[in-house]
Amino acid sequence: MGLWQRFTLIFKSKANKALDKAEDPRETLDYSYEKQLELLQKVRRGVADVATSRKRLELQITQLQQQSDKLEGQAKAALAGGREDLAREALTRRSGLATQISDLQVQHAQLADQEEKLVAASQRLQAKVEAFRTKKETIKATYSAAEAQTKINEAFSGISEELGDVGMAIQRAEDKTAQLQARGQAIDELLASGALDDATGTSKDSITLELEQMASGNDVETQLAAMKAEIGGSAPAPAIESAPAPDEHQA
Amino acid sequence: MLIRILGEGQFIVPDSELPEINRLDLQLEAALKSSEVNFRQALDALLDKVRSVGVRPPDHEMEESQVILPFADASEDDIRDMLGDEGLVPG
Repeated sequence: MGLWQRFTLIFKSKANKALDKAEDPRETLDYSYEKQLELLQKVRRGVADVATSRKRLELQITQLQQQSDKLEGQAKAALAGGREDLAREALTRRSGLATQISDLQVQHAQLADQEEKLVAASQRLQAKVEAFRTKKETIKATYSAAEAQTKINEAFSGISEELGDVGMAIQRAEDKTAQLQARGQAIDELLASGALDDATGTSKDSITLELEQMASGNDVETQLAAMKAEIGGSAPAPAIESAPAPDEHQA
Repeated sequence: MLIRILGEGQFIVPDSELPEINRLDLQLEAALKSSEVNFRQALDALLDKVRSVGVRPPDHEMEESQVILPFADASEDDIRDMLGDEGLVPG
């Protein structure tokens, strides 16, 4: 494992350097413990931040999905009204949204995965910090400064790797959420401005107006038909009469 | 052998699995040196192997890993950065 031996050495030396050593090795123990608790706090905040980003993405996906459903309804209405050109326009806009939705879904999956790993990392770190605290108290109680050195080195070598790993993971999570925030902001603004109502980013254009009129016009037609049927009492219902006879499959 | 995957923690891997892990490791090294081997596939294959044959040590245990592997979504550049200015000198 030539390459990874180097990778391993570099990682460990970085992680070790991060632990500043004090004059009295036993003070180093306390100092390091403080640092560990700080990192633990940071990881927990990181988990919360990632969860917030994930929920925001979920909300945006839902909103875009609703837009998409609305356009589908408009396309159907347009087609029913014999306006294929309008239906095509609505579906084109819908497919633009679909791309955006699937893009957000990919990011959502990545974020959920990251969140899961961070939660696990924070649990591992908590258990190790707890173990370190116990070890630290034993070392301080039992050994003189000089004698403590070996024991301290042992205690450090075990935890520094974990600290380095978690430190890197939290850094990556921060980068990722910052990156998502900028994009999320843009989508939020679009949704808030209502620009996505017509999916083009402009105020209601003639096509959107036509689509909406089509849909509401169609609605009126449906209601009128229903009322006529009610009043007439004997309105034909061709779709229902064509149900298959029940005894067809019994032979 | 104790192996850490960055971002995921440690795995105790039985020695009997080391030949296969070494083979996947060489493949990943090759992927870093040449574009003929797919880097993403090579990294996934190595990490999946470690995850599937490895056993998790208890959370409170503080042992140093013998080998540290990159995080799962690491890019080739991430690894080069980690290895520093020396780059990937063959051999």
